[in-house]
Amino acid sequence: MLNQGRTPITGQRVQLMATCLCDAFYDDVAAATVEVLEHLGQEVIFPEGQTCCGQPAFNGGDWDASRKVVRHTVRTFAGDLPVIVPSGSCAAMLSHGAALEFEKEKDLGEIVALGRRTWELADFIVNGLGVKAWPGRYDATVAFHRSCHSRGTGSGEAATALLESIAGVTLRPFGEGEQCCGFGGTFAVTFPHISAAMGDLKLEHIRAVQPDVLVSADMSCLMHLGGLATKEGQPIKTLHLAQVLRDALKKSGAA
Amino acid sequence: MKFQPIDLAAAGLRPDKRASVYQSTKATHEKRTKLLFEQYNDPDQLRRWAGEVKQHAIENLDAYLPAVEAKLKANGAQVHWASTAESACQQVLKIMRARGATKMVKAKTMVSEEIELADYLGRHGIEALETDLGEFIVQIDHDHPSHIVRPIIHKNRREIARSFEREGLGAYNDDPQTITSRARQFLRHKYLAADVGLTGANFVSAESGRMVLVTNEGNSRFCLAATKCHIALIGIEKIVPRDYDLALLLNLLGRSGTAQELTVYTEFITGPKTAEQPDGPEEMHVIFVDNGRTDVLESDCREILRCIRCGACLNVCPVYRQASGHAYRSVYPGPVGAVLSPLLEGKHGFAKKADLPKASSLCGACHEVCPVNIPIPDLLLRLRNRANQEGIASPGTPPMGAWALLASQPLAWRTALVASQVMNHLPTNLLPIPALRAWQEERVLPEWRGGKFRQWMSQRRKAK
Repeated sequence: MLNQGRTPITGQRVQLMATCLCDAFYDDVAAATVEVLEHLGQEVIFPEGQTCCGQPAFNGGDWDASRKVVRHTVRTFAGDLPVIVPSGSCAAMLSHGAALEFEKEKDLGEIVALGRRTWELADFIVNGLGVKAWPGRYDATVAFHRSCHSRGTGSGEAATALLESIAGVTLRPFGEGEQCCGFGGTFAVTFPHISAAMGDLKLEHIRAVQPDVLVSADMSCLMHLGGLATKEGQPIKTLHLAQVLRDALKKSGAA
Repeated sequence: MKFQPIDLAAAGLRPDKRASVYQSTKATHEKRTKLLFEQYNDPDQLRRWAGEVKQHAIENLDAYLPAVEAKLKANGAQVHWASTAESACQQVLKIMRARGATKMVKAKTMVSEEIELADYLGRHGIEALETDLGEFIVQIDHDHPSHIVRPIIHKNRREIARSFEREGLGAYNDDPQTITSRARQFLRHKYLAADVGLTGANFVSAESGRMVLVTNEGNSRFCLAATKCHIALIGIEKIVPRDYDLALLLNLLGRSGTAQELTVYTEFITGPKTAEQPDGPEEMHVIFVDNGRTDVLESDCREILRCIRCGACLNVCPVYRQASGHAYRSVYPGPVGAVLSPLLEGKHGFAKKADLPKASSLCGACHEVCPVNIPIPDLLLRLRNRANQEGIASPGTPPMGAWALLASQPLAWRTALVASQVMNHLPTNLLPIPALRAWQEERVLPEWRGGKFRQWMSQRRKAK
């Protein structure tokens, strides 16, 4: 497991890392995350100074630039509260990637400490808080895309368990679910042909099971898949897991 | 916007070749996974153990190499060391000349591809014939292998039938069995006429000096049975500490590589023929090849030397499936090749292949299937960082300096978030950032809503 040795959850306050994608494009996903966490009795603190987890430069090979951003992130999320992030990718950056680029740095300890209290949203709900079933109702057939950065973590299973537990949700598994959607950060723009071909293959598998909605725990995958589908003139409905959880609560009046 | 060479190669790949590669890799990957998870409770634990065995072996080569040399000599083999590709080729030639030999039959070995042995020997008047069917087809076509286990994964049987017809191996017939039996007939005479048989080895035990060779066609057995002299060309990373370790490694190799519990043939070779044995080579030479491996061992990517060349990472890799092997311009393609090939180029050659580690979405599927648990994505990232540190240009990669500055100054970040809403009103070709324009080539960019969440959050706080 990539995110081993994490600090157990005892309190009822968390810090939210909204992610730069939600900050720039997907405000409703961040808002849904807040509502979901509050429903679970957590007080959500949003450190205003947050920017990005540092992953773009890390993946791009510019580790000096990335470390600058990671150090900023460590300062911004100071303290010992759990950090909840609605993205398996950013969570993996903090629990694994950052440690790799800080291997030889003096402040490695601080980086590792932040990684240990960072949780992807579904992982936090199921494995952190011990919530196994989700209330409310959401009437839809759902294709769940497990993002690659949740490999080796509890996130994929956690998300699936939550979705399956919602009344009205029918999960539709699709072919080659373990394959990447083709986003890959800067890969999407430096390898556009391969990236799009991978995305098309993923869309083909998803369309074959005719879901009402494509759900993922990472907006980056959905931005790519949704953007491809729209460009091709066959748009698909995409939602972040947090939005489904929140909407399920709303339908039951539990929100 | 400039594109990466591997992306361009993928874009230019013939659709039927892509389809062959995709179907074949997908089928093998799925069978591999089924087999491992049906037969073992926790195959991932086996992968971790195998990784530890190989990691221990490569980190202790200074002890294991002399140990294996002593064992091999005691078993009657002659041991040679080659620090470069050229030296390895020269030593093979020297052994052949000393015997007055002019004909070699070769089993499949990636290290011979790496040192370009067949070409070298050809230039020196020696026929080195590939006897593995796939490698034989590569050879008659003057092509290169595109996969480390299945050299002709990029070819279909119609192409092969045309090649056979051209080479005078019979009238056009694309029935796979006919193709195989024609190759077999042709090769049978060649074995008998050859002086020297060359093989690689999948493992060599330091405990016993036993070499292990896995094949499916039995051609390596013919190479050894029909010739008087056996040359084994072996990368120094192939050493394992004990015979006992072979149980774990062989169980993983067959399942990971070709989705077989065991390959059809697993040969254990201890030395040249003894007085009591009627057949087999009288003379045996083992050439250990370094060719850049000790440099890899010194680097922070040494885990790649654990690789047992099963090809599972190629099979599962979505980028390999789109681009096929030749796109990597290397003997070792795919995820393992994206790490190993630039490293084997040495300090001065690294730049030539510094684009290979970029050819990955870092999805981690390669790490998930690797029988020796190599953290390939981490190694790709390290090499990306190395390329960046060495100032090697990378087509299309957005510069990160300005971004990092912005992302470490909250006020500037927040201002940019809101100000960038202007992008919603710009036509695609006027977008200020090349990466965003490139994004729009293939996909629609969602509406920019920078700052909206922060607004929502602060209103919510005030309301409480």
